[in-house]
Amino acid sequence: MVTANRSRTCTKAWTCAATFRPCVPDYLNTLTQIRFVWKPVVFLACLVPFALAIGDLFGITGSLGANPVEELQDRFGNWGLRFVMITLAVTPLRHMTGKVWLLRFRRMLGLFAFFYILMHFLNWFVLDQGMLWSAIIEDLLERPFITLGFTALLLLTAMAATSTTGIRRRMGKRWHKLHYSVYAVGILGVWHYWWQVKADVAEPLIYAAVLSVLLGYRVWKKKSAKSRR
Amino acid sequence: MLIRKPADILPSEITSKENYLKRRDFMRAGALAGGAALASPAFAAVVPDTSRMMIPGVGKSDLSTDEAPNSYEDITTYNNYYEFGTGKSDPSRYAQSFEPRPWTITVEGHAEKTGSFDFDDFIKPFALEERIYRMRCVEAWSMVIPWVGISLADVVQSFKPTSKAQYVSFETLDDKSRMPGQRRRVLAWPYREGLTIAEAMNPLSILAVGLYGEVLPNQNGAPIRLVVPWKYGFKGIKGIVKISFVEKQPHTSWNMAAAKEYGFYANVNPEVSHPRWSQARERRIGAGLFASKQETLMFNGYGEQVAHLYKGLDLRRNF
Repeated sequence: MVTANRSRTCTKAWTCAATFRPCVPDYLNTLTQIRFVWKPVVFLACLVPFALAIGDLFGITGSLGANPVEELQDRFGNWGLRFVMITLAVTPLRHMTGKVWLLRFRRMLGLFAFFYILMHFLNWFVLDQGMLWSAIIEDLLERPFITLGFTALLLLTAMAATSTTGIRRRMGKRWHKLHYSVYAVGILGVWHYWWQVKADVAEPLIYAAVLSVLLGYRVWKKKSAKSRR
Repeated sequence: MLIRKPADILPSEITSKENYLKRRDFMRAGALAGGAALASPAFAAVVPDTSRMMIPGVGKSDLSTDEAPNSYEDITTYNNYYEFGTGKSDPSRYAQSFEPRPWTITVEGHAEKTGSFDFDDFIKPFALEERIYRMRCVEAWSMVIPWVGISLADVVQSFKPTSKAQYVSFETLDDKSRMPGQRRRVLAWPYREGLTIAEAMNPLSILAVGLYGEVLPNQNGAPIRLVVPWKYGFKGIKGIVKISFVEKQPHTSWNMAAAKEYGFYANVNPEVSHPRWSQARERRIGAGLFASKQETLMFNGYGEQVAHLYKGLDLRRNF
């Protein structure tokens, strides 16, 4: 993906990033800074919703209300979907700003999407369904919105499992093919949410709008690249 | 049908000293305001007040469950009342400034006595009873709620419905300046609900005006709401301003929004799934994070009192 979207403005930086060869001392500093300062900062920031959920659970930071299981379910699901959107926003942002370093955060953001959606799933599996297999299997097979959500989780799991640099290198082109399914995860996730609400689709509508912009940007980019040729 | 015993004092009837004093302050203020109508104790009893006014003279009922009621906090902070927002905590947040007085209830349709009544005049003739009922929401959670209410059968009978009155329909206040949730058309306002006349005459059906021995909080449907414990919670229409005796099955809000998901009857039935989720089990609010769900009972456990109403009716079709 990086190669395909390389533009003149960022070629130099990109070459450096990909080969890890310091072109200028400044750039080495930037890499070090990203690795030892900004990555940990972003990591901790991404953990804030989880920390708040735990804090609220124990009544330290607030409360989860009368139905804590449902509240956790909603929060983890929402944050999972938000992180999918944030991850999908990295590439467009990089194109618009020319800041290649943005890509250094993409894997971590994607893994946080996986983390929150996994928590969303585990909350449902353990706390909501009480690990009652008959009910879980019935839900997975007979409730389409749950089937959709579970499919998205399977795709995310495959992506998370193949997210290390070593596996990525070994998989070659197949890695990109697999990781394009993040688009499917976005669509499945929004659909899952939309299908689940009773009457008020305002929130799923916001996610759908954001996702449309993020995916629409890619379609537009691809089209304009073709027409330039 | 009312079984009235000389009332034992319920724990929920005992007024805290603080509340008692507040009530006296209120009475004094009311007297200063000079309303002669204030002489009626029933009026003073069901006056809206955020200081949680006790309702005196509330009897007990054999129809109450002996299960432990949910906390006042759970019952008043976890609500579905879309007129004040679609989030569970929205009603407790946005209904605080709602003024449930003055309140007029219009009774119309096939009945000998019809007209518009001030809320206090409307409820005055009827006996107030505490009814501790299970409440099963269509979203598969449940609570136990100590309502204070009047028998709907008594109310219906007092208006002398004619033989044409096959159904009773209810409407909520339609006023977006007072109910901010109505600014968005999430449902077709006003909220509408209905019962067959036989359901309305069932001893379990009540119009609730209180909770935990106190005046009904705004977020729970002040000043007056329907409670039909063998049906899903959405049948319990809140903030009622109109009651009509009608010949044909009335349109009901959730049925209008999604007919395949919410039927007119909406009886609690573990065997008929909602198209998107199972109704076999329910989460009891307040049971704790690790409590497993419990089995949902047919007619929410009120089969003995209501099953006869649906003899010969295909409940799978008439969900």
